[in-house]
Amino acid sequence: MEVLVFLVPLALTLGALGLAGFLWSLKNGQYDDLEGAGWRAIADDEPFAQNSPPGRLGPDIRTP
Amino acid sequence: MQATRDFSHYVRHLDSGLSHIDLAVEGVSCAGCMSKIERGLAALPDVTLARVNLTDRRVALEWKEGTLDPSRFIDRLAELGYKAYPFEPVRAEAVETEQASFLLRCLGVAAFAAMNIMMLSIPVWSGNVSDMIPEQRDFFHWLSALIALPAAAYSGQPFFRSAWRALKARHTNMDVPISIGIVMALGMSVAETINHAEHAYFDAALMLLAFLLAGRYLDQSMRRKTRAVAGNLAALKAETATKFVGADEISVVPVAAVEAGDIVLLRPGERSAVDGVVIEGQSKIDQSLITGETLPVKAGPGTSVYAGTLNQSGALRVRVSAAAEGTLLAEIGRLLDNAVQARSRYVQLADRASRLYAPVVHAAALLTMLGWAMAGATWHDAIITAIAVLIITCPCALGLAIPAVQTVVAGAMFRTGVLLNSGDAIERLADIDRVVFDKTGTLTLPELDVTNAADVPAETFELAGRLALASHHPVAAAVARASGARVPLTGIEEIAGKGVRGIVDGIDVRLGRPSFCDAEDIAQKILGGDPEASVVAFRHGETRHVFAVRQRLRADAAGAITTLRKAGIEVEILSGDREEAVRHAAETLGIHEWRAGVTPADKIARVEDLKRQGSKVLMVGDGMNDAPALAAAHVSMSPVSATHLSQATADLVFLGERLAPVIKAIGFARKALRLMRQNLWLAAGYNLFAVPIAIAGLATPLVAAAAMSGSSLLVILNALRAHRGARELC
Repeated sequence: MEVLVFLVPLALTLGALGLAGFLWSLKNGQYDDLEGAGWRAIADDEPFAQNSPPGRLGPDIRTP
Repeated sequence: MQATRDFSHYVRHLDSGLSHIDLAVEGVSCAGCMSKIERGLAALPDVTLARVNLTDRRVALEWKEGTLDPSRFIDRLAELGYKAYPFEPVRAEAVETEQASFLLRCLGVAAFAAMNIMMLSIPVWSGNVSDMIPEQRDFFHWLSALIALPAAAYSGQPFFRSAWRALKARHTNMDVPISIGIVMALGMSVAETINHAEHAYFDAALMLLAFLLAGRYLDQSMRRKTRAVAGNLAALKAETATKFVGADEISVVPVAAVEAGDIVLLRPGERSAVDGVVIEGQSKIDQSLITGETLPVKAGPGTSVYAGTLNQSGALRVRVSAAAEGTLLAEIGRLLDNAVQARSRYVQLADRASRLYAPVVHAAALLTMLGWAMAGATWHDAIITAIAVLIITCPCALGLAIPAVQTVVAGAMFRTGVLLNSGDAIERLADIDRVVFDKTGTLTLPELDVTNAADVPAETFELAGRLALASHHPVAAAVARASGARVPLTGIEEIAGKGVRGIVDGIDVRLGRPSFCDAEDIAQKILGGDPEASVVAFRHGETRHVFAVRQRLRADAAGAITTLRKAGIEVEILSGDREEAVRHAAETLGIHEWRAGVTPADKIARVEDLKRQGSKVLMVGDGMNDAPALAAAHVSMSPVSATHLSQATADLVFLGERLAPVIKAIGFARKALRLMRQNLWLAAGYNLFAVPIAIAGLATPLVAAAAMSGSSLLVILNALRAHRGARELC
């Protein structure tokens, strides 16, 4: 049962990583357009994404 | 005078030396449109970001500051076949976006915590029936507490805050029992963990939070989507004003950029976007959107002009006034304030349910504690059992019962073209027994239409339509619209006060007053049969025709009224228009109760009267003069073509040229109310089954978890039935 000393913190860390990922993606604006995101995934070519690096849609869009 | 368009009002300057603008775009519905628009806009030089939001139907654009004029984007989109207009986020929308993202964060935290605690709970449950040693169990319980307490403190905020607000105002809502349940479950679990007990309810508390937050988030996002669409519709109306920036220099600016004291030009055929006073020019003004009166009134220097009125014949210079200086607007504003204050707060079904539910459940828990204590159990055991009763009575299903239905129905209404402005509108709409319609713009279409199109040969009609395209007069515009003509004739001369003329294949063509076209005899005949109509004559060589133009009833108005009648709902008309006009409409539609020439004060008085007689009134109206009555009625609706004030006051807004959405909305609302009641009964029935188990002291955390998910699932599945809509109004 000593293995619990590793496994429990490990499991919690993995869970917390998942949560952190979720919160990051939320802040990053990835839930702003769920309908569009679905279509983008199957678009033939990535339309005009090269000029908008990841994170580009971050908070600066919302601040006036 | 070629006016420039100035959109600088909408442009935001970012720190990075970029400019940003949001455009609402009409007709973006697929992935194809998305990449077409993004590519088309990105092809413009110096554009650094062009991104379509398919959910909100908007485009975000960024470019290097000072290199581009925003009107380029709108022209470019027009070339691509999309109508677009700059969009200014409304405050309410920004607040809702913020709330939605907070709820999603809470949901994420609660779901993370619930799953991880469940991972720790299952070993305890299985360990309890096998070989787990108490130290291990305590370790797992402490770990659960470590996750649960901060997670609940964070993600429970929406409920705790709302419950606190309700308690401070000395009433209760659904969030009060929810908050009590969560706090009790957590407190008892900590106490039990300290006492090395077998059971802790951390998982139940967090699961409850996660379920309820999911329901709230869905509700919120549905409402947010509705608001985004409403915002786009408002933006795409593209209300502009032609402002004088110099003595004779004009610029077309968005209405938001016009200030009091500015002087604007109001051309013939243009709808005023501002309130003000005429300082120069003579014209006739159609005020039907304000007063319901369909006959135009004369306007000259000193006349007040209201936003939403249509200028018919001459160009006017108008000085914009800050507040409603006009007596009519001031009067309406005063009535509206009174009506809003007098509106007795409607108690939502959820709150009524919780008023019943909370005392019963809390009394049951108290009795359980006293009962066990009297039966000889220790105080500790008695209290634990009582709290288990609180946990298992699970406000979970109860908390989801109503929002789940609301979300599904709001979505279904949205698809039929009805936007919800207020959350409890569905419940209020379900109990109406009388509909009061305004006439102008509500039962009739807001735009003028040709009524005798069938009498005119198609070729002649098209020629007249092409000629009419050259004129700004609203009556001519109606002819052009009805004919479907697209290509204007060239070489047309406009003769002020008479009409337009030109030469086609060597033959003289004219459109205008009957006297201008030698067609007075035909016009007299038409006016004899329909004195309400406006006439416009057309002459092509020796052929003469006269078009009768008037506001037409919505195509399905008669059918809609009959449907309402059949469903046992009374219908009446309250209109500001003249008696003949209202009588004609009422007779055509078979409505026996109608009142004409009604002032805003009379409208509100009539609605109050009906209220006193016990009627639940749905008021449907679009004019400024309807706004106070809309606020006073039990529930209200307005068409999307309504004035700002009416739309903001109404509980629901319907789109399109038909009345069908009104009927469908009532059908959906009634079905929704039935489902909400069913859901409450389901939740109550479940409690009837679960409470005895808890009172007997047999409610383990496993039983609580299973019961909670089971009952929540049941009410959600039942709510989904609202999707299929109401087949008929019954």
